[in-house]
Amino acid sequence: MADHTVLIGPADPAASYLDVDAVLGAARTTGADAIHPGYGFLAENPRLAAACAAAGIVFVGPTEAQLAAAGDKLAAREHAVAAGLPVLPGGEVRDLRSARRLAGEIGWPVLVKAAGGGGGRGMKKIGEPAELADAIELARAEAGAAFADRRVYLERFLSAGRHIEVQIAGDGERVIHFGERDCSIQRRYQKLVEEAPAPGLGASTRAALHAAAVALGERLRYRGLGTVEFLVAGADFYFLELNARIQVEHPVTEAVYGVDLVAEQLAIAEGRPPRPAPDTTGPDATGPAGHAIECRINAEDWTRGFRPSPGMVTAAVFPAGDGIRVDTHVQAGTRIPPHYDSLLAKLIVHAADRTAALALLRGALARCEIHGVTTNLPMFAELTRRPEFAAGCVDTAWFPAFLERRDSERIRERAGEGAGRG
Amino acid sequence: MNLTDDDVRDILRLLDSLPYAELRLETDSFRLWLRRTGDGEWTRATQVLSPPAEVGPAAAAEPAAAPAPPAAADTADRAGPAREGLLEVRAPLLGTFYRAPRPGAEPFVEVGSAVVEDTVVGIIETMKLMNSVPAGVRGTVVEICVANVEFAERDAVLMLVVPE
Repeated sequence: MADHTVLIGPADPAASYLDVDAVLGAARTTGADAIHPGYGFLAENPRLAAACAAAGIVFVGPTEAQLAAAGDKLAAREHAVAAGLPVLPGGEVRDLRSARRLAGEIGWPVLVKAAGGGGGRGMKKIGEPAELADAIELARAEAGAAFADRRVYLERFLSAGRHIEVQIAGDGERVIHFGERDCSIQRRYQKLVEEAPAPGLGASTRAALHAAAVALGERLRYRGLGTVEFLVAGADFYFLELNARIQVEHPVTEAVYGVDLVAEQLAIAEGRPPRPAPDTTGPDATGPAGHAIECRINAEDWTRGFRPSPGMVTAAVFPAGDGIRVDTHVQAGTRIPPHYDSLLAKLIVHAADRTAALALLRGALARCEIHGVTTNLPMFAELTRRPEFAAGCVDTAWFPAFLERRDSERIRERAGEGAGRG
Repeated sequence: MNLTDDDVRDILRLLDSLPYAELRLETDSFRLWLRRTGDGEWTRATQVLSPPAEVGPAAAAEPAAAPAPPAAADTADRAGPAREGLLEVRAPLLGTFYRAPRPGAEPFVEVGSAVVEDTVVGIIETMKLMNSVPAGVRGTVVEICVANVEFAERDAVLMLVVPE
């Protein structure tokens, strides 16, 4: 918990957490010499980095130019290609005629993506040539409204793959990696479960992913922490995007590498190099130890289309013990406001191997109790009992299918109850 | 003083060697309640009591601290009395009410618009999710009670509709 707090504005984030002047004002008021931007709001905003530089305050993160390169998905894609990373076939949409030709080369269906988007925002699947013109026009309009950038690009649509990302750290010269995380359990591109290392990944694919991420970092002369996201399909993988911040799921990496990534960030910001690259192959291997899994506990009702559930937390009991970490701002009496996203807590378990971690996770979930708001805890209890999840290696199509099956079961149960009463 | 996760782990190690199943620790700044469950594993509930010191207001800060949340029961009444013979469109959940699909666009409906049950009359943004608001009633909009980008409590009356 904080030693001091500064009120930076009203609840509406546009007038507070997203207001560069308000954030800088708070730093000046307190005499802070650095700003850690966290993982939301302005964390990847080049304007905040520039404003910090102008004010003589250290921005704990990449340079303004690196943030801009990562935020522009087309520029990031070009850097990835230049660094030798595989990308899905695609390219920028300049006019309809060339877009038609490009889509034909890529093969249908194609995805249209906004250059200013990312994280699943500003993305649409186009099924056939007849839809192309309208879909591009709509995508341009939406991208212009949402990101003030009408540029869009096409990419091959892959119906499923595993979402695997590599943690990198750089000091502006040298770039190292802290292994990978598997984040394939997602709903609408929102991650719900993350683990490290990625289960069942071949040694050569793993090494190639790590090398690719480091190559991109080196090309950018990256400074700070970053995550290079990939879509992995069999032995093939494709660059998705670079996230130029610390991520929500960083604790699973911290657990298996025994590292404090926020401390690394601060060290880099102070001009010190990150610690030596973890060696996962040599005889003195200092690579990942054991297996870690994180669940994002959100205030949402998974039985009603994941409807958000703001309100007052009346009780909050979490598991405790060896191998269990809970990051949370929630305690009895906490008011969960409707203005921000629904993340209440992160439950992270760490054990000698995946089987032990899963057993620890099931027990830890059973001991979580949050009252007053609806949470997705019951979803995790069911999810972690599924044999496919226990086996590992599920792709991004598995979780939506699990939800669909669960929904139809629920409808049948309700119909059964109705018939029973009638 | 603050209790770290490592502190709690140290306390649990001590407790594991003792026959106790519960520990309540209370200081001026926090409450910690550790309890052993049936299977011998531990749970914790923590309560930080003293809020961190608030440093003088920054640039555009509003001085008022967040007041205690009002009881949810009477929100519907506070949204204004229903008028005789009119149907109400209420907020399905609390959040920010938007009258148009995006900034600068035409509002979904205006006074005088005809609506049926599934006509979308607005959007409520809650926890960064946009939820469309169906009219739920059939008729003509005669009054819009919550302005664009204004906050609406759950069940607040958003619009009044004269039935067909």
